[in-house]
Amino acid sequence: MSHYEAPIREPLVLGDKSYHDITEDIAKPIEGAANKNWYIAFYISLVAMLWGFGCIFYTVGTGIGVWGLNKNIGWAWDITNFVWWVGIGHAGTLISAVLLLFRQKWRMAINRSAEAMTIFAVFQAGLFPIIHMGRPWNAYWVLPIPNQFGSLWVNFNSPLLWDVFAISTYLSVSLVFWWTGLLPDFAMIRDRAVKPFQKKIYSLLSFGWSGRAKDWQRFEEVSLVLAGLATPLVLSVHTIVSMDFATSINPGWHSTIFPPYFVAGAIFSGFAMVQTLLGIMRKVTNLEDYITRMHIEYMNIVIILTGGIVAVAYATEFFIAWYTGSPYENYTYLSVGAATGPYAWAFWSLITFNIITPQLLWFKKIRRSFIWTFIISIAINIGMWFERFDIIAIVLSKGHLPSTWWRFEPTFVDVGIFIGTIGFFFVLFLLYARTFPVIAQAEVKTILKSSGEFYKKRSEQGIPTKPAINLAGSEGTSDKNNKE
Amino acid sequence: MESSKVIHAFYTDDEVLMDAVKAVKAEHHHIEEVFCPFPVHGLDKALGLAPTRLAITAFFYGITGLSFSIWMTNYMMIQDWPQDIGGKPSFSWLENMPAFVPIMFELTVFFAAHLMVITFYMRSRIWPFKEAENPDPRTTDDHFLMEIPVHDNNEAELTALLSKTGAVEINIVDKH
Repeated sequence: MSHYEAPIREPLVLGDKSYHDITEDIAKPIEGAANKNWYIAFYISLVAMLWGFGCIFYTVGTGIGVWGLNKNIGWAWDITNFVWWVGIGHAGTLISAVLLLFRQKWRMAINRSAEAMTIFAVFQAGLFPIIHMGRPWNAYWVLPIPNQFGSLWVNFNSPLLWDVFAISTYLSVSLVFWWTGLLPDFAMIRDRAVKPFQKKIYSLLSFGWSGRAKDWQRFEEVSLVLAGLATPLVLSVHTIVSMDFATSINPGWHSTIFPPYFVAGAIFSGFAMVQTLLGIMRKVTNLEDYITRMHIEYMNIVIILTGGIVAVAYATEFFIAWYTGSPYENYTYLSVGAATGPYAWAFWSLITFNIITPQLLWFKKIRRSFIWTFIISIAINIGMWFERFDIIAIVLSKGHLPSTWWRFEPTFVDVGIFIGTIGFFFVLFLLYARTFPVIAQAEVKTILKSSGEFYKKRSEQGIPTKPAINLAGSEGTSDKNNKE
Repeated sequence: MESSKVIHAFYTDDEVLMDAVKAVKAEHHHIEEVFCPFPVHGLDKALGLAPTRLAITAFFYGITGLSFSIWMTNYMMIQDWPQDIGGKPSFSWLENMPAFVPIMFELTVFFAAHLMVITFYMRSRIWPFKEAENPDPRTTDDHFLMEIPVHDNNEAELTALLSKTGAVEINIVDKH
């Protein structure tokens, strides 16, 4: 049948798995109890989150002055963290949408968690545009709602307003994409549930999914169209975020390379975060047969590709800064000024973590090593934070007028809010890992016969994937109504 | 006369199911429904289901979103308050159009995606608090269920045909 696959491809599902085994493996973390390590991780994340909330309330109650911003550097940690979190979110959509369009079967074991990561990361990102406002209680004024001020509208020229539309569209579309994909998996949990409360919850979550042939036909079309919509969406969202800088007149920000360069950086950092999370998750949820070395290697290849694009972008920035002949460019981001100025440490952290360290992934041994992957992914997460910090803070610290040159020092509130968002992210992710099917079982079941280790071995031996019909095995007719 | 009983035939393999669907179709029996734990590619064709038109609806929803964004930016920025904000030309929509492109794009995607998903939920009748309608809980795990209505006492003939196609379990039940 259509299950032929080139023998050169490595299996994506290891071991001798049946459809039922997949169900069991994926339902196990949900149906079992959380262990001690989970509670420890959850507790730490919760404390970090509450600390962050405290810092947010302090900021809103006292004023933005509790942050390290000054009159020249009006954006620093807030927007750095915003862009960093949005960037992290992008890998999820890339895995679920772009890889779907390219028919990459390896995405199926990782798309659910990558999308969860997207949604939780965009939650964190979404906090910053609100809390960095001086008057966050007026935040709803960014929406074009008819009002009693003679209908006073918003200004559609501002990239900050485009951000509102981009982030809210991105979050809401990602959410329905993720949820629609979850329906068959929630239905699977629902139909297995033995505890009445669990049954009720998963019945509610699964929206009464029944898995009819027509439902599946529509489901697949909806997934495909949503993937087709989410792909340009994900490119546009970080493009619009990059325009917060690129449409300005600051030397170092005003650059046409930003839209594609930010998107590449987003995928780069997002995949690094997926690696960080899945490296741990595959172990603690015992899903090593589904998230294999192959998946880790494929993601590392995407990282080295997008990391290369980012490196070319840095080089281009450097070249253009010199090539313009503009003296201002010399003092800006990625120019000699950045490399030797007061933020040289931030600049060289960026070069080390983003450009040099990921080059190790060219070596197959390192690319296929879980521990190396984990270390490099953490390095990229740090490097990509510095990229955003450098772009924002270094540029603002040296503007057109030397009398406006200033430096930025974060306060504990800046740091506390960032730590709080990391805590919040892990609170959500840890809860997710305990209650949601972390692998799209309905999708993995479709590739079992073409990419499962057991079936691949059999088809190499010439054994068809279709089992022989065993007539003795059928139990014959039984009239249920008469029996009962 | 409308039949009051249906046959539930269970399969445990997607390829066996596909062959069974084709065999039952070849004998001109009407297949009421097939419940699967995962999408079986080609099943809709084998069953003779019409292609879904959800993508077409998405296209029109997208056009609606685009039109809405053009109307909104034109009304708010050009007609209602044609102000000078940073020297941007607000004399006509076209002159300030590049600044509206991000909004136009996002609203196109927003309308197309959400309205299509809502259409899908409505058409497939899935929403919160909806009762699941799969007759057997195993159909979301590893069993495939074919439901065939019984007409004119053809039970025996149908049962024989279905067991020949590799059904692991055949039940005759009252139509729900």
